Amino acid sequence: MSTEVQIEAKNLTIGYGDYILMKDLNFSINKGDIFIIMGGSGCGKSSLLRVLTGLVQPLKGSVFVDGANFTSASPTAKDKIMQKNGILYQSGALFSSMTLGENIAMPLQLYTKYPTSQIKELVSLKLALVGLAGFEDYYPSEISGGMKKRAGLARALALDPEIVYFDEPSAGLDPVSSKLLDDLILDINHSLGTTIVIVTHELSSIFAVGNNSIFLDGASKSILARGNPNDLLHNPPNDTIFEFLTRGEGKNAQKTE
Amino acid sequence: MRQDFDFNISGKTLTLNISGDFISYDNEELKLRLYSAAEDDKVRQLIVNANQLGQWDSTLAIIIFELKKIALKNQKTFELRNFPQNFERLINLAFSVDRKPVQPDTSSGGFLENVGIWGTKLVAGVHKGFNFIKASGNSFFRSIVGRSFMRGIDLSFALEDCTYKALPIVSLISFMVGLILAFVGAVQLKTFGAQIYVASLVTIGMTRIMGAIMTGIIMAGRTGASYAATIGTMQVNEEVDALKTMGVDPMDFLVSPRMIALIITMPLLTMWSDFMGMLGGGFVGVTMLGIPFQKYWELSIDAISLDNFLVGIFHGLVFGVVIAICGCYYGIFCGRNADSVGSATTKAVVSAIVWMIVMTGIITVCCEVLDI
Ligand SMILES: Nc1ncnc2c1ncn2[C@@H]1O[C@H](COP(=O)(O)OP(=O)(O)OP(=O)(O)O)[C@@H](O)[C@H]1O
Ligand SMILES: [Mg+2]
Repeated sequence: MSTEVQIEAKNLTIGYGDYILMKDLNFSINKGDIFIIMGGSGCGKSSLLRVLTGLVQPLKGSVFVDGANFTSASPTAKDKIMQKNGILYQSGALFSSMTLGENIAMPLQLYTKYPTSQIKELVSLKLALVGLAGFEDYYPSEISGGMKKRAGLARALALDPEIVYFDEPSAGLDPVSSKLLDDLILDINHSLGTTIVIVTHELSSIFAVGNNSIFLDGASKSILARGNPNDLLHNPPNDTIFEFLTRGEGKNAQKTE
Repeated sequence: MRQDFDFNISGKTLTLNISGDFISYDNEELKLRLYSAAEDDKVRQLIVNANQLGQWDSTLAIIIFELKKIALKNQKTFELRNFPQNFERLINLAFSVDRKPVQPDTSSGGFLENVGIWGTKLVAGVHKGFNFIKASGNSFFRSIVGRSFMRGIDLSFALEDCTYKALPIVSLISFMVGLILAFVGAVQLKTFGAQIYVASLVTIGMTRIMGAIMTGIIMAGRTGASYAATIGTMQVNEEVDALKTMGVDPMDFLVSPRMIALIITMPLLTMWSDFMGMLGGGFVGVTMLGIPFQKYWELSIDAISLDNFLVGIFHGLVFGVVIAICGCYYGIFCGRNADSVGSATTKAVVSAIVWMIVMTGIITVCCEVLDI
């Protein structure tokens, strides 16, 4: 695996107004990594994702994508970088006034000059990739939550992004669908070399897919640990992380041993 | 089993004895006495003794919870005796995660501070509103010259919504308003034998202002509200975020088609409303005053002046912009839960109506100065 840095956060302070969530974060995400952002509820993971994807400005510091400063980029340069990103939102965030087909076609229509027939083919390919072949003409309100998520992923993948961000991909999915989504994430990563950034609490996903991670701590507003989640589990740098990675059962287990 | 709940203080120790079934306990007065006794500085130790505790529910748990909080706050020792294990576990659970809500502090300060906060908020709000108007203006012109992300289909949906779908209600209300104007006017004018002027009264009233105002109010309630609700829901569903991260300006995609639709249709609807109002007046003229319809209509047409008509249409145009901006503004700045969609909708309608009245005032003064 190459170790070229794709995303780099430098002295990133995030929050809203006077309200600071995380202070002076420094981390980098390598090309082709599956990078997990974990941490307690409400500590600012989604907010960090919003900063990384350029939706919200950090209070301080910057994000570099492929060496270019994303945070202070001009609007046009920012748009260019944003086109490298595919994002799967927690709810799928499909446009409810459009069919699935139109949803997935939209980024293609915006950023490519492909003829309509080719866009159509691409749409059906992307839908098939996420297991929704033939659902082009359905509206988001007509499909289930898990399907929405997969359709959202199809849209995120429409432009063959270099980086895909996921906010809690398995939230609200049954274990089987959640496993399927994990497999899909691995497939995309292996076959296309896509860099993947995932915010999740789902321990099984963390160990199944992640090969690098940071652990955010709300109390100290900083990164408490970083590295491969499996290494963290076997070599926990401190109790908080051990507890998190073992669902709090680690301590008791040790006691009874 | 008899329910028993009493406490005594001996020396530094407060002992609370509980026995029997403890369901839906609600003796507030006794509870308050207990709490204040427990808060007393002389008491250093709190002991809760359960004696053959039968059934219990949260009304018991809150008492223990409060007592333990008091004990922790004032560094008193706290002890539960003879409680079932599951009860102790429940109480421990309530204290296991000591996480304060991480919301910014909203405690209110003194009067001056509040005025200051209010003032800064006002300035920030005006700034935000002004920026929004500027951005929507920019996006409007980009869309007109065809250099925005606006999709034709969105515009046509928006147009459809403010044309034939809005016509029935606009027609009905305008007809009724014309009818009311004529009726009220007729009763007064009859006393002078001047009922023939009802036609001009209705015509001038409708074309100059009432047509535009009635259309504006209907469209604010109908279309402005739906804009705020639609865009607000998109905000809740993260659709607006998805647009932004796709590099699509929500202004182009969501605001422009709606604004253009209202700018095109409001003047047309206003004209239609004028016409329906005049018909409503005609109805009163014919049925109540016995004026032949042909005659009434001629009188009405004679009463139309180009100035009044154009001023009315101009009002309609301005109202269209006001409704679109208010609806979209509150939609875009909607919070992230279902509740905020409701309040966004309300605010959109109320502020649209307020701003329409303000704009009417401004236009009226300008017309006065320009002598129109
Ligand atoms: N737009 C906003 N304005 C002000 N505060 C916000 C805003 N969005 C989120 N917050 C606050 O920031 C904190 C972190 O929110 P965030 O959504 O980033 O948490 P999270 O780590 O993703 O939590 P979860 O795991 O529950 O999704 C929360 O306390 C929330 O109240
Ligand atoms: Mg979150």
